[in-house]
Formats: sequence, C-alpha cells, structure tokens
Amino acid sequence: MPTAAKAYKPIGRYWLKVWREMRKYKFFYLLSLPALFYFALFRYVPMWGLLMAFQDYTPFKSFWNNNWVGVSQFTRMFSDPFFATMLRNTLALALMRLAFFFPIPIALAIMLNEVRHMAFKRIAQTVIYFPHFISWVVTASLTFFTLSVDIGFVNKMIVFLGGEQVTFLVNPDSFWAMILIQSIWKEAGWGTIIFMAAIAGIDTQLYEAAVVDGASRMRRIISITLPCIMPTIVVLLILRLGQIFDVGFEQILLMQNPLVREVAEIFDTYAYNQGIVQGQFSVGVAVGLFKSLIGLAFLMASNTIVRRLGSEGVY
Amino acid sequence: MEGKFSIGDAINYLVIFIFGFLCIFPFLYVFSISFTDPDVYIPLKFTVFPEKFSIRAYTWIIGTDSFINAMKSSVFVTVAGTILNLIVTFTAAYGLSRKEMPGNRLIMALITFTLVFSAGIVPNYILIKDLHMINSYSSIILPVLTNAWSLVVVRNFMLELPRELEEAARIDGCNDLQVFARVVLPLSGAVIATFTLFFAVAHWNSYFNTMIYITKSSKWTLPLLVKSMVVDSGAIGYAGGAGVGGDQKSVPQETIKMATIVLSMLPVIILYPFLQKYFVKGVLVGAVKG
Repeated sequence: MPTAAKAYKPIGRYWLKVWREMRKYKFFYLLSLPALFYFALFRYVPMWGLLMAFQDYTPFKSFWNNNWVGVSQFTRMFSDPFFATMLRNTLALALMRLAFFFPIPIALAIMLNEVRHMAFKRIAQTVIYFPHFISWVVTASLTFFTLSVDIGFVNKMIVFLGGEQVTFLVNPDSFWAMILIQSIWKEAGWGTIIFMAAIAGIDTQLYEAAVVDGASRMRRIISITLPCIMPTIVVLLILRLGQIFDVGFEQILLMQNPLVREVAEIFDTYAYNQGIVQGQFSVGVAVGLFKSLIGLAFLMASNTIVRRLGSEGVY
Repeated sequence: MEGKFSIGDAINYLVIFIFGFLCIFPFLYVFSISFTDPDVYIPLKFTVFPEKFSIRAYTWIIGTDSFINAMKSSVFVTVAGTILNLIVTFTAAYGLSRKEMPGNRLIMALITFTLVFSAGIVPNYILIKDLHMINSYSSIILPVLTNAWSLVVVRNFMLELPRELEEAARIDGCNDLQVFARVVLPLSGAVIATFTLFFAVAHWNSYFNTMIYITKSSKWTLPLLVKSMVVDSGAIGYAGGAGVGGDQKSVPQETIKMATIVLSMLPVIILYPFLQKYFVKGVLVGAVKG
C-alpha cells in the first residue's frame, strides 16, 4: 500500500492516480450518465422532500423558509384516531397476505410438479400466468363484472336461481377477503415460477433413493421437496417482509369506495389522500416516511434473524 | 416414477383445473358478452354465450373520440417509453459492467438502495410539479426511465459476457462505441427482447402515475378511460361513464364496457406467447441474485 506508507506525501498523488484511472474509463462513465442522472433527479432529489415531514409545508413559500415544526407532524399523525384504523387495516391485510398469499404459490408449484401429463401442466401454466399481465384497472373491472349488483354475473346467477342480489363491493365485512382473493387470482399463478425452478434444481437421485426406501409421495414432498426449496422460500420471505406494508396500493385505490373506507384505508392510500388529494403535503410525507422506515427495519431484522439461524440472507 | 393414477392425483388435477378455470373464466365471460347483439341483450339476465352475435359494441366504441385518443396516447407512451427505457438501461448496464472502474461499487450501492427505500408518493409528486411536467407525457415516461432491478439484472448479464470478445474487436480496430454497438448489443438479443416486453407491459398497464400527473381527460391513456367507464360507475351501480358520453340507447352500456376492456387487453393477448416465454426467463435471471 504505497499511499498508506507514504502518508506524508501530498494527498494529490492518490487522486491523480484515480483521475488517470477514471480517464481510461471515460466512455463507460459517459454511457452510465443518463441513468445516473435519472437516479439522482428522480430517486435521490425527492429524498430531500422527506424533510417536509418536519415542517408545516405550504407550496407558497420556498422550501427552506417553511416553518420547521420538529416531530409535531408525527405526534399529530399518531394522535389522529383514523391513524389507528389505518394501521389496523394495513396490518390485517399484511398478515392475511403472509398467511395465504405467500404460501399458495409454493403449494401450487409443488402440485404442478406432481402433474405427470406434460400437456396438462403446460396448459395449466399458460392459463394461471395470464392474469399477471393484466393491469389492475382491468382486474378491478373484471371484479365489477363478477360481483357488482347490476352487471356482475354472480349476482345475475343468484337472481336466475331466484335469490336476492348481494352487495359484495360495498360490504365492509368482505372487503379484505375480496382484496386477498383478487391478489391470489392475479399473482399466485405467476408466483409459482420461482418455486418451480427451485424444484427443478433438486437432484433426482434423492427421490430415487427415497422410492427405494419405500417413501410415499407425500413423504417425499415433506422430506425432500420442501427442505430443498427452503432457501428460496426464506429469501422470498425476507424480501416480502421488507415490503410488509405494501399491501396493494393501486389495487385498493381502485376497489375503494366511500362505503368501505373504514376498512379500505391503508398507509399508501392515506398518504395519497392526505398529501395529494387534500394538499396536506407534510402529513403525507410523514406517513410515507413512517411506512418506508418500518419496511427497512423489517428487512434488516428478518435478514439478521435468518443469518443467526444459519441460513444465507439476501445481503 | 409410478405409473398408476391415484386418488391423490385426481384431487391434484382437479384443484389445478379449478384454479386455472377461475383464472380464465372472467376473460371468457367478458369476451363473450362483448359480442352480444343489443337486440337480444336483457339486463340482469344471466347468459354465458350470446344468443345473437354482433360487433356493434366494438364499432360504437371505436367510433368515439375519447377511445381513439386514449388508444393513441397509450401507444405513444408505450412506444416512446419503452425505447427510452431500453436505451438508458442498456447503456448504463454496460457502462457499469467494469467492476474495476473507480466509484463503481459506490454507484451500485446507491442504485441498489433505491430498491429498498424510496421517498414516497408526495415528494415525487412535488418534484414533478416543480419540474412543470403535469399534463405532459414526460411525467409518466421520465420517472420510470429505468429502475434498479432491471439495471442490476442486465448488468449481471453484461458481467458474464466474455471480455476476450471485446478485446478481439478492439485489436481489429473497433473503438469503444463500435464494441458496444457491434459486439455487446448483438450478444444481448434475448435480454433485450425480455426487457422490451417487461417495459412495454409496464407502460401499457401503468395507472397510478397517469392518474395523478395527467389531469386533462383529453390526454388520458386507456387505463384511465377504462377506469372512468367501468370502475367509477361500478361499485355503486350507477351506469354512466365520465369518459364516454353521447347516445348509448342503441347499444347497452355493459357490452360497450366489455368491448373496451377487450380492446385494451388486445396487445397483451396477442403478445402473450412471447410474454410468457421471455418473462419466465427474465424472472429466473433476476432470481439468481436475490
């Protein structure tokens, strides 16, 4: 380490070396420039805006001239009775997603793997991947054509069978279930891909040995397939925990209506409604910051726990 | 392994079949009703196949200015957005593929950080407003010009390319730009195809940014039009779309809405065989590193 040993030499020499090295790569810097400019402007510049959470921001004053109010936006946020409702909704949806939305693709992948008719498997995959490519707007529209009172085919069927129409879409009791089913419908099939790949990577000798030992199919799934895909499951679970409060912003925004607001307001919709619709920028920023920090904490905590348990984390 | 078809197999096949059927049924239903002839259409009557076939709902919606405008906007945003996505992502992925370049690790760390932490909805909105991009299509193209995940995946691919090929091209007298254009890009064909589809589908389906940044209904893209026609009137049961007005007595609302949805999905349906193939590849390439 010449630079460390000759620390008394002018520091300029180190930078001169770096500069020479950089000039060698000038074409590569030039190529990266548009993307670097993008990340600086659209990803890092808005982070200054997070300071608004500590202001009482109005757009009529310049940024630094706004009133600095310390953490009072946060105390106001926590004392808002609606905050508790929103937190409950977000947590409920997050837990439901972890309990159902997360394991279903794993189960589905194992089931697909047990299918031995390749044509059936291929067609099944083609069909269950499809909803992933459809926008949330179309998904919401399809839900209306399924469940709405006047044009939903479920209601048409109920009427056809002589029953009374059911107001699924404005019923607060079934809102969470509807959101969960919608998510499963759209993404569970697509979610199988990564587990199918993990299963395909398992050494077939393990299964052959198990067959020799007389293990049943269920036994083989529990003792071979699941343990072998556990690392994949763990990594995806950590990533999922890092986005624990991302419970489907566009989706819920589209399915929200005044009658279900009590159960349909989550962090993102609250930040959006307060911050952009009502123009209370500082409140919106405070809510968003709170949510981002919790996500980051969850990611780091789950990664640490997983590493302590002896598995590999995501970083 | 074993040849016989057990009860377990039967249950397994049945569950997969039901799940698959539920995935596809709403599409078949919408598709079928959209072709119902207005003369045989009866509200609240449950039908799966139209008694009389007609494309009048389609000719009606294609005849409206709002649909044509939305279609044009969607095509413009998707084509322009995807081209810019590809340029910015692939140049940067190659540019950052020299690990020994000073600052590379710092730059990659800063880019990866945006995967786990973003400023949030409000600061982004204020930035777009301060840049005077509201109601300009730049507001829905530039904020998603590239993204950390795509950049990392494409860069990983570029890192795997054998350096010897580039060196050989240099010895043959290619300059840096020629190496990139004539050696690196031609070798990236499959990755370019994958990401073209990723970016195009994302633009075509994009909703939230368009909703908050494009406030003039004359500049709406298809998702906004569909939302105003179907979702805004859907939950409560009020029939009437803000986006489409005019005489609708001759053609029922329901079939028009369904025809609009089918048309808005058309490019995705046509491209689906390619989408499936390349997307699966893309997901697996991305999965290699977390």
